[in-house]
Amino acid sequence: MAEQTTRTEKPIPSGPLSFLRGGANGNIVRLLLAVIIIFVAMSLLRPDAFLKVRNMQSMAFQASEIGVLAIAIMVTMLSGGIDLSIVSTANLSGIVAGLILGAMVTPDSAPGQVALGMAVAIGAALLVGFACGAFNGLTVAVLGFPPILATLGTLLAYKGLGTAITKGTTIFGVAQSQFIGNGLIGKTVPVPLIILIVVALIMAVILGKTRFGLRLYMLGTNPTAARFSGINNRRVLWTSYVMSGVLAAIAGIIILGRTNAANVDFGGPYVLLSILIAVLGDVDPYGGSGSVWGVLLALVGVQFLSTGVNMLLFQSSGANFFKEFSWGALLLIVLLVNYYSHRAQQRRLMPVAETAAEASALR
Amino acid sequence: MLRKLFSQHEMIILLIVIGLSVAIGLINPAFFTVGNAFQLARAATITGIFSMGVLIVLISGGIDVSFTGIAIFAMYTTVTILANNNYEGGMLLPFVMAAAMGLGLGLVNAFFIAVFRLPTLIVTLGTLSLFRGAMLFWVGSDYFNTIEMPPGMIAYARAQLFPYTMPNGGTTSLHPTIFILLVLAVLVWLVLRYTMLGRSIFAIGGDREAAERAGFNIMGTQVIIYAFVGLISGIGGMIVGALFRQANPFSIVGTELDVIAAAVLGGASLAGGRGSVIGTLLGVVLITIVNNSLVLMGVPSQWQRFVVGMLILLGTGLPLLRAKLAEWRRLRGGGAAEPAAAPVKAR
Repeated sequence: MAEQTTRTEKPIPSGPLSFLRGGANGNIVRLLLAVIIIFVAMSLLRPDAFLKVRNMQSMAFQASEIGVLAIAIMVTMLSGGIDLSIVSTANLSGIVAGLILGAMVTPDSAPGQVALGMAVAIGAALLVGFACGAFNGLTVAVLGFPPILATLGTLLAYKGLGTAITKGTTIFGVAQSQFIGNGLIGKTVPVPLIILIVVALIMAVILGKTRFGLRLYMLGTNPTAARFSGINNRRVLWTSYVMSGVLAAIAGIIILGRTNAANVDFGGPYVLLSILIAVLGDVDPYGGSGSVWGVLLALVGVQFLSTGVNMLLFQSSGANFFKEFSWGALLLIVLLVNYYSHRAQQRRLMPVAETAAEASALR
Repeated sequence: MLRKLFSQHEMIILLIVIGLSVAIGLINPAFFTVGNAFQLARAATITGIFSMGVLIVLISGGIDVSFTGIAIFAMYTTVTILANNNYEGGMLLPFVMAAAMGLGLGLVNAFFIAVFRLPTLIVTLGTLSLFRGAMLFWVGSDYFNTIEMPPGMIAYARAQLFPYTMPNGGTTSLHPTIFILLVLAVLVWLVLRYTMLGRSIFAIGGDREAAERAGFNIMGTQVIIYAFVGLISGIGGMIVGALFRQANPFSIVGTELDVIAAAVLGGASLAGGRGSVIGTLLGVVLITIVNNSLVLMGVPSQWQRFVVGMLILLGTGLPLLRAKLAEWRRLRGGGAAEPAAAPVKAR
């Protein structure tokens, strides 16, 4: 008779709580370690430039818009799909906002007029994001398109809409809106960073504490089981793409505020970067697992790396090329590491199953 | 029987191509000139060569967006090496070098996808960045113009097939590259239709687990697929460099969507298990016509992207809609219980 090992094996962590348990396979712990190592390395290599408040602020300015995009792509990845059109949506939203601002606000407008203009512009941008996301959701959830192809198509379609509206030119913002992308609260904290944190908090609550969030994780883990549990897969899926669109619009607003411009060709590498940050942040590309805080940690890591490469390669164009190479390499390395840790975890759990099977076979 | 012929996807695309051509020709008769036809042929040849690789990947249930990165890496590195050594010979060596590099890069893809079973979109997004970043950082980012290109390549670019004198006095012609496309297309068609390798590609795309249980060698097939795509992409990249008589390291990458759209329009499905050479070639023709003729039709160039994007959606949606219609009819007829909705998951 085989002996029954009474092991109190931890349940496989997944869903929003996985972050607290160090990630689905200890990924978060490893990520934290990596981020600390990069930080220490950069501080030692270029203490004069890296450890300044100015640098921290600069990194926060750059990272915030990517962070919002990464959270956006996380939402659709949780469902097992992906939204590749987020950058096009962001740019389109920025263009609409820029146009409205240009029409409603002039350099010598009264503060009330400025506030009204900004409110309308932001509202319109969010509406554009909602519409783009809703259309994505329609194709994927209602019509059953494969998400990759559907969002590849809408990526081009939204970009095309933006091109048609702007005729390829750049839309410029107004000076008053620069506050959103370039302003500082209390002379220290960048406004975009606050926007990112607020967005992250809201999304963490939605994903971790609401019924919708739970349903999304369940849908991503096993759509058939979710359906038979009574979850309206279509509605959950549709909502996730709408959220992705709205988040992309927020990113577009930040970009408009930071660069004071909107153009269909902005943010070329952002899709790859968002996916990299999401996967690095323990989001499972097949769906069902991942948390906002993992994504934020990954964002920090990637930003440190980016800034590090810039500092070490002295801002030359070579720096950009090496960054492109390193992002690709990093993504592949992370995928490999996740693969091995997943396999190791399966092996840890298997002996229990084997024992039970032997036991029943011998009887 | 005629109904069955007309309901085939490839037939529908053919009809759309014919219909579109007639429509464009009515709006602007310049469409129907030999000069325009030859120009379309040149554009379509390059897209067509890349599309053969994309087709195979799509049938196997994956998606490869790194082929443009492989193409530019192979082309630019080859040109750099040859130009720096003052190469004077013909096109054979450049093609061989580019093909070999492409094969090597394709094997990198194969390593991650076949051995580790990682999601193909994300892996190839990563390798696209990896390849291009590596090339720009280590090989260089200088632009080679016509004078600096190896003379053998320039001579190749000037090769002519069926030279034709246009009414305005200039000459135009088909380029021999179209033979490369034809050979490639026939080769792919033969493999897909008449070999076990082709069967296994369809099998993997249709249902990976069933294919595994049936005894197909999944890993081996995938290695061959991605290595082959790399090879084709290397050759394709070399053709781009030769035909455009320049080596711009920032070119080629960014045109992935046209190629993928062509394959999808031609009937290949991202879910895998479907696709054909004829369909893909028709899709290439359709995309080429759309890309090059909107201007002829008086459509402002800024709407072009939007139109292509909507085309992709329509092209993807067509087989899906037809499947849904078929399901509807079955439901009406049989009155059976509602079938479970297909899981909507990307791969």
